[in-house]
Amino acid sequence: MGVEPEEWRTPSRQLLTLRRLEVGVPALAVAVLLAVAGATSGGNSAAYGFAAASLVVGALLLRFVGRRYRSWGYAEREDDLLIRRGVMFARLSVVPYGRMQFIDVTAGPLERAFGLATVRLHTAAAATDARIPGLEREEAARLRDSLAELGEAQAAGL
Amino acid sequence: MSTPRPEGWQRLHPLSPVVRGGRATIAIFIVLIPIAFGRDTLGNEIPQFVVVAVIALAGFVSWLVTRWRIEGDDLRVETGLLRRQSLRFPLAQVQAIDVVRPGLARMFRVAELRLRMAGSSGATARLAYVAEHEVEPLRDQLLALARGARLDEGLAATDSDSEPEPAQPEEHVLATVGTAPLVASILLENWWIVAVLVGLLAGFAVSPHRVGDLLGGGGFIWALTMVTFVWRRFNQQYRLTVAEGPDGLHLRGGLIALTAEVIRPGRVQAVRLVEPALWRPLGWCRLEVDVAGKQRRKGEGEAQRGQLHVLIPVAGRSIGMELVDRLLPDRPRELSPPPPRVFWKSPFRYRALSWGRSETCVATTTGRLRRVTNWVPLEKVQSLRHVQGPVQRRLGLASIHVDTAGRTVHATLRDRDTAEATRALADLTDLARAARRRPALA
Repeated sequence: MGVEPEEWRTPSRQLLTLRRLEVGVPALAVAVLLAVAGATSGGNSAAYGFAAASLVVGALLLRFVGRRYRSWGYAEREDDLLIRRGVMFARLSVVPYGRMQFIDVTAGPLERAFGLATVRLHTAAAATDARIPGLEREEAARLRDSLAELGEAQAAGL
Repeated sequence: MSTPRPEGWQRLHPLSPVVRGGRATIAIFIVLIPIAFGRDTLGNEIPQFVVVAVIALAGFVSWLVTRWRIEGDDLRVETGLLRRQSLRFPLAQVQAIDVVRPGLARMFRVAELRLRMAGSSGATARLAYVAEHEVEPLRDQLLALARGARLDEGLAATDSDSEPEPAQPEEHVLATVGTAPLVASILLENWWIVAVLVGLLAGFAVSPHRVGDLLGGGGFIWALTMVTFVWRRFNQQYRLTVAEGPDGLHLRGGLIALTAEVIRPGRVQAVRLVEPALWRPLGWCRLEVDVAGKQRRKGEGEAQRGQLHVLIPVAGRSIGMELVDRLLPDRPRELSPPPPRVFWKSPFRYRALSWGRSETCVATTTGRLRRVTNWVPLEKVQSLRHVQGPVQRRLGLASIHVDTAGRTVHATLRDRDTAEATRALADLTDLARAARRRPALA
C-alpha cells in the first residue's frame, strides 16, 4: 500500500555542491572578517569567539543542507509525477499529468554556472507547489518534453 | 434555442457609457445643475464644462468602437479606438453567466452580462450594457450554445439525450432567504463590529467629547469601512434565491444591485458549509460553492474579492445539507475523527477535525470556533500533497492536502495517523484518476 515508488530519481550532485557553497562561503567570509577585526583591535577575545561561532553555525548548516539535498526526489509514474522534499516539513506531492497546465524551466545565474535548471509544474490550483531544482540541463529538457507529451495525452478538462 | 437574432455585429446599449460612469455620472450632474439653473454665469463654469464635454465624448467614442457578435461557438468582442482589441471567447469554456444590474442600470433599464470563463487566467467576458428585455433571451441563447458546443466535443455525457429545448427554462426553487434571518446572521457573524459600534454609541452618551476625539483620529474612517462592509453583504445577499433549472443552478438576489447568475452543472470545484460560532446555537449555516476562474473582478467590490459564491447566505442545517446532496449526490456519509493524541497538537481544532470519502467525493471538516465543512468532487482534484511537520512526526501523524482550482477552499485531511494518511494518499490518487476518466468513457 502507498504511493512510494521503488526508485526515486534525485537532483544532480552539482546541486549539493552549489548549496554547500551558498552557506559555506558566507560563513567562512564572516569568520575571517571577525578574526581579522579581532587581530587588528589587539586580540579582542569576543571577536574570536564570534568567529568560532560563525564557523560552527556554518558547519551545522552544511550538514542540514546535505540532509535537505538528500530529501529531494521525484518519480515519473504511469499517470502522475511524484515529488518529495523537505527535512523538517516532509512533503510528498502527487501531480497527475492530466492536470498540468504548463511547465516552466528556469535557471538563475548560479544554477547556470553549474549547468543546472529548475523544472516547475503548474496546475489550475494555486496551492500546487511542484518544483524540482538542480536538474542537469539535458535531464531538465528531457523531463519537460516528456511531461508536456504525457500532459497532452491525458489532459482533462476543468 | 431559436431566439431569432440578427446576424452580424451588434452594439451595446447607447446609454452604456452613462451607466458605466456610475458615480462619475452623478458627480457630473451635480456640477451641471448650478449651470442649468443659472445660479452661476456660464463664463465661470467653462473649465468644468470642457471637462464634462471631453468625458462625454470619450464615453461616446468608446461606445462607438465597441461591438460584439456570436460567431459559431465563440463570442467575439471588438473594442478600443487607438489600441484595437479583438477578443474571442469560446463558449464551451463558459463556467457561469451572470446578469448584473447596479442601481443606475436599473434606472435606465439596462443590464450587464458577464461570462466567466475557465482557465487560470480566468478572463471574464463583459457585455456592459444590454437592454433589459434582451438580456434574458441572450443569456438563454449563450447557455444553449455553450451546452451545444460542449456536446459536440463529447465532454458531456450525462445530459446528452435529455431535453435539447430550454425555450422556457423551468425553474424549481430550492431555497430563498428571508430578510430577518439575513440581518440577524450578518450581525451575529460580525458581532465584534456590532460590539464596537454599540460601545461607541454608549461612550457617546457618557462622554461625547472623548468619543468625538477618537472618531476624529481615524476612527471614523474605520467605523465607516465596517458599516460599508456589512451593508455590502446585506445588499448582495438580500432575498437571494436558489433555483434549479435545466441549465444549472440559478441564483438571483440583491437589494439595489440585482444579480442573476447561472452555475452550470459539473463546473462546481468545491462546496463549503460554514457555521460561525454564534450561528451554531441557532443551527444555521451558510453554503458556498467554488467555481473555476477568478471569482471577483474589479468593479465588484473589494470586500468580496476573496469570497466564494454564496449559494445560501443563511439557512437551517438540514436545508443546507439537502442542497449539498443535490450538488453532490454521492457525498460521503460517515466522517471519521482523528486519533485522540491529536489533542496535544491542535487542542482547539481537535474536536472539529474529521474526514471521509466516497467513491467520487472527499469531505473534510475543520475550524476552531467557526466550523467549516469542505466537499471536493474527486474528478476536480488538481493535486494531492502529503505533509508531515516536526510535531506531527513526533506524534506519528501526517496531513494530506487536496488542491482544487479555486483559491479559497482548503480541503485538508489534517493530523491523521501516519499509516492511515499513506493509505488515504494512495486511495485518493487512484480514485481521482478513475473519476477523471469516467466521463470520457461513458
